[in-house]
Amino acid sequence: MSEKVKVTIDGITIDVEAGTTILTAARQIGGDIVPPAMCYYSKLQGSGGKCRTCLVKVSKGSEKDPRPMPKLVASCRTTVMDGMEVQNITSPEVIEARKGVVEMLLINHPLDCPVCDQAGECHLQDLSYEHGSEATRYEFERRTFDRIDIGDKVQLHMTRCILCYRCVYTADQITENRVHGVLGRGDAAEISTYIEKAIENEFSGNVIDVCPVGALTDKTFRFKNRVWFTKPVDAHRDCPTCSGKVTLWYKGEDVIRVTARKDEYGEVEEFICNTCRFDKKKTDDWVIEGPRKIANHSVISANHYEQLMPPPVLRTNPALREANKEQFERTTKL
Amino acid sequence: MGRKLLLEHINVPGINTFEVYRQKGGYRAVEKALKSLSPEDVVEEVKKSGLRGRGGAGFPTGMKWSFLAKPEGKPRYLVCNGDESEPGTFKDRYLMTHIPHLLIEGMIVSSYALGANTSYIYVRGEMMPQIRILEKAIAEAKNAGFLGKNILGSGFDLELYVQPGGGAYICGEETALIESLEGKRGNPRIKPPFPAISGLYNCPTVVNNVESIAATVPIINDGGEEYAKIGIGRSTGTKLISASGNLNRPGVYEIELGVPVEEFIYSEEYCGGIANGKRLKAVVAGGSSVPILPTNLILKTVNGESRLMTYESLADGGFASGTMLGSGGFIAYDEDQCIVRNTWNFSRFYHHESCGQCSPCREGTGWMEKVLHRLEYGHGKLSDIDLLVDVSKKIEGNTICPLGDAAAWPVASAIRHFRDEFEWHVTNPQEAMTRNYGLAHYADPLPKVEPVTAS
Ligand SMILES: Cc1cc2nc3c(=O)[nH]c(=O)nc-3n(C[C@H](O)[C@H](O)[C@H](O)COP(=O)(O)O)c2cc1C
Ligand code: SF4
Ligand code: SF4
Ligand code: FES
Repeated sequence: MSEKVKVTIDGITIDVEAGTTILTAARQIGGDIVPPAMCYYSKLQGSGGKCRTCLVKVSKGSEKDPRPMPKLVASCRTTVMDGMEVQNITSPEVIEARKGVVEMLLINHPLDCPVCDQAGECHLQDLSYEHGSEATRYEFERRTFDRIDIGDKVQLHMTRCILCYRCVYTADQITENRVHGVLGRGDAAEISTYIEKAIENEFSGNVIDVCPVGALTDKTFRFKNRVWFTKPVDAHRDCPTCSGKVTLWYKGEDVIRVTARKDEYGEVEEFICNTCRFDKKKTDDWVIEGPRKIANHSVISANHYEQLMPPPVLRTNPALREANKEQFERTTKL
Repeated sequence: MGRKLLLEHINVPGINTFEVYRQKGGYRAVEKALKSLSPEDVVEEVKKSGLRGRGGAGFPTGMKWSFLAKPEGKPRYLVCNGDESEPGTFKDRYLMTHIPHLLIEGMIVSSYALGANTSYIYVRGEMMPQIRILEKAIAEAKNAGFLGKNILGSGFDLELYVQPGGGAYICGEETALIESLEGKRGNPRIKPPFPAISGLYNCPTVVNNVESIAATVPIINDGGEEYAKIGIGRSTGTKLISASGNLNRPGVYEIELGVPVEEFIYSEEYCGGIANGKRLKAVVAGGSSVPILPTNLILKTVNGESRLMTYESLADGGFASGTMLGSGGFIAYDEDQCIVRNTWNFSRFYHHESCGQCSPCREGTGWMEKVLHRLEYGHGKLSDIDLLVDVSKKIEGNTICPLGDAAAWPVASAIRHFRDEFEWHVTNPQEAMTRNYGLAHYADPLPKVEPVTAS
């Protein structure tokens, strides 16, 4: 029997295994009290601690040492102690800090949601809707980068990157060598591979799925459609390399994209191989299981497939709103 | 004259060589420790001395050492932090340049205390001459039998290596330093685990500043109690201060902790007053990361007591009216200096040096720099001032490492104490481009604190 510890988050008490993080404990409780996580990814060793969206207040350290922690802590990297009490949405301090983090994340993020493939399944979009402030107070030029290709299947649009390091940990985890990493410092830091080289690995396509924003995208899918006009279907095939369990994204009769299956926190259930992702785009390749259930906080599940629903970040910006409308009309005319 | 423990022989010609250093009593501490003290005794002496980390945080060194985990079969490491990149701080470089054997001697004593058989001195990449000096000193010490196998027949082995850094301020943060030493990108680690449990190559590690390690030499020679007699309260011993700015005699001074700030600035023994007959406007007392204070608050605390060069006295008043001793980078500003410009300059530094791992620091430092630039160049708005305060609050305390705080404090404190000057830049943009705001009321005596009576 492994040891259990008691932790209370926003007044809800739960027993969890010793060594569990606050974030994982909160996910076990579920619902509104789960802190948002933009960089932590349970399948990636070492991830987390960076984006600071998951900050919470520890109002009681433990039964043994009840002192509160002096600063807000990253719930994804802080382990629970027996008797710990945590405040997330019940702490104005946390709400304020999180609003600050979201504002920071949006500083250098282009609000180009109307033309971004990730729109509708972007965690930053969801986050800014739920936790952000109305309008940004940042009045300077945003940093921009040219798009680069990482091999022939993956495109990096660094301008959108929030430097969560998930793709870096993915690359570290699937290969022995350091092939994909961060160059430069501070807000000049960028994700890169050695001279735009493809990551030579059967699982390299997973960097697309782990990316919480639209910085790493599938070149075999780009610009074909907005996700909320596509229909996700779970399917599998007998694959010699991976589990073969995927989600197929349909537009009419055509499979226009293949991804791994994501849970309600945007994490894939299992990584899939590049053959399944990039090369199997016919219904015949797959055994269909049925429609994919989409997490209820996402724009897609809100039944926005067929209506004009500008993402929240756009609502206050007339130019983007116009662009979004145009895009909507163009797409629905097809 | 204050006592000199580190720089006593600094003016002896040839003190940078092993021979002269030894003639002047060098390496006595190694002999004493290895021949007559157990490692635990050495730790005990350092605890008794009350020595606090000289790298900025002021954490008691002996206590830090006693936290070091000692699991069976795992090596332990001592790493000396010679990355010294904090604007206004240049004492470690001075020490390494002129009296390198003091650091080597301290490294041997400290490694012995911690049971480390491989130790590193991580030196800022730009300091190539100092790296060569240290390498030469290590070769000399090894030649004389103070490094290598079975030192002085005690059975204690030690190899000492100098590692040049890549020239990034962030590599002075202890976990970033460890990453860099391992050959990785210098990103601070997310704590816990702390280095004392899992540091270099996942082994228990102590990281100490150059000056902290050097200070163990007089502590072992004279005993921890002797050392603790110098100073006031929990600020014991001597401290190297890097004095710069508009002073008559800038430079590195060894002071006994407890010297009044006023005496440090104006006495002939130390800085000799403000250069060119000007008046003092402000002081950054402990390196660019600590809050800036106007003349009236740096010379006296709000209670009208004389402010002393100690950890406690400089911090008196907390963030509202105090500052910190930090790394001892003492920068004086005369009446001709512009606080807005200085704040912009500091924030440019932190923006440039942020490693970019965590969102508030990566984005917030650049944002503050841009707003400050706008204010300094006459395009600012009054609302910018509150915006800066708010952004600094969003960074402070919400980041992985203290660089975020270090970027936030100078901005928040400059606005707290010099708000009129910021406002003047907005209301008189033309004038602000041609002249400075001047001394204004920043040196006026503080009003008496009114006793608060309960009504
Ligand atoms: C951004 C940053 C830069 C730092 N730079 C240095 C440095 O250059 N030298 C130093 O000794 N400590 C530096 N520190 C403090 C170290 O993290 C660490 O506290 C110190 O080396 C511990 O030594 P001490 O206990 O002897 O002071 C820095 C800390 C931060 C957050
Ligand atoms: S490219 Fe995507 S996954 Fe990689 S660091 Fe940027 S945001 Fe994260
Ligand atoms: S606070 Fe700044 S320097 Fe420190 S880890 Fe975060 S981004 Fe890097
Ligand atoms: S999810 Fe915890 S810091 Fe990013």
